[in-house]
Amino acid sequence: MEPATAAVPAPKREYSFTPGKLAMWLFLGSDAMGFMGLIGAYMVLRITSANWFRPEFDPPLGIGLTAFMTFVLICSSVTMVTALSAIQKGNRKRLLLWLGLTILGGVVFLSLQAYEWSHFISGKTELAAAFAKTTGGAAPFTNFQATFFSCTGFHGLHVTVGVVYLSCIWVRAWQGAYTATNHSPVELVGLYWHFVDLVWIVLFTIVYLLPDSVPN
Amino acid sequence: MSEHAPSPYYKIFAWLTAFTIAEIAWAYWFVEFRIVLILGLGMMAAVKAAMVGLYYMHLKYERGLIWGAILFPVVLVAVMIVGFLPDALFPYGH
Repeated sequence: MEPATAAVPAPKREYSFTPGKLAMWLFLGSDAMGFMGLIGAYMVLRITSANWFRPEFDPPLGIGLTAFMTFVLICSSVTMVTALSAIQKGNRKRLLLWLGLTILGGVVFLSLQAYEWSHFISGKTELAAAFAKTTGGAAPFTNFQATFFSCTGFHGLHVTVGVVYLSCIWVRAWQGAYTATNHSPVELVGLYWHFVDLVWIVLFTIVYLLPDSVPN
Repeated sequence: MSEHAPSPYYKIFAWLTAFTIAEIAWAYWFVEFRIVLILGLGMMAAVKAAMVGLYYMHLKYERGLIWGAILFPVVLVAVMIVGFLPDALFPYGH
């Protein structure tokens, strides 16, 4: 006769659940609301503006630069998910490799954003000089500038935090802190990083592909 | 998450890249057709975001409390958008 406990099979878990994961999702949900506030402000100001004044908006290398930045983030997402897959199989060397590539993707993205911002800021400076020469006054600060720098700056801040966060996880992985059965922090940093990628997908469409085309 | 079969990560990567290229082409081709442009770009961005969420963030394999943690802010965001709409559509109060 079998023991009584054998008659009731253990429930099959179809997904893992940890308090850390729930906390991360709650954080991402609240963070998404912050982003939506900024994007909503951008859209309202854009739609209600009779003249969306954006004199220095001339992306270096055209839209190609930001398209490449998007591609870099997509690549870093796939390296991140591959890193998680590696540690789920207990492969620490692969985890370090793919995490390192994810960090590299974040650094490349930030470098390109810094290049883009420097272009915009120098354009603004040149515009202000030309404006002062002809009118004697300062060039107007526009809603476009305010919302563009707020939205992309807030996202850039998240990428910066992500790179630091990933670097901490990389160091812990190098110290051998994660195994096939104990890798929750890798999963959590992955959630954060994919969220950053997801937000950029929305920003890229709204800020870079739509600006001249939404109806006034 | 380790209980389910591996997701098609590289297929999703290929789709994300293809949709990004399609978005840029769409933005050039339909620049004169604003409604088509906005709807097309909006739909492609939504599909890309859904693919990242479902497959890379593994939402496809989550249930219950995690979905609740996501849906609650989504509802709040929807309320905020509805709140913004009058300002956006009737900026001068009429």
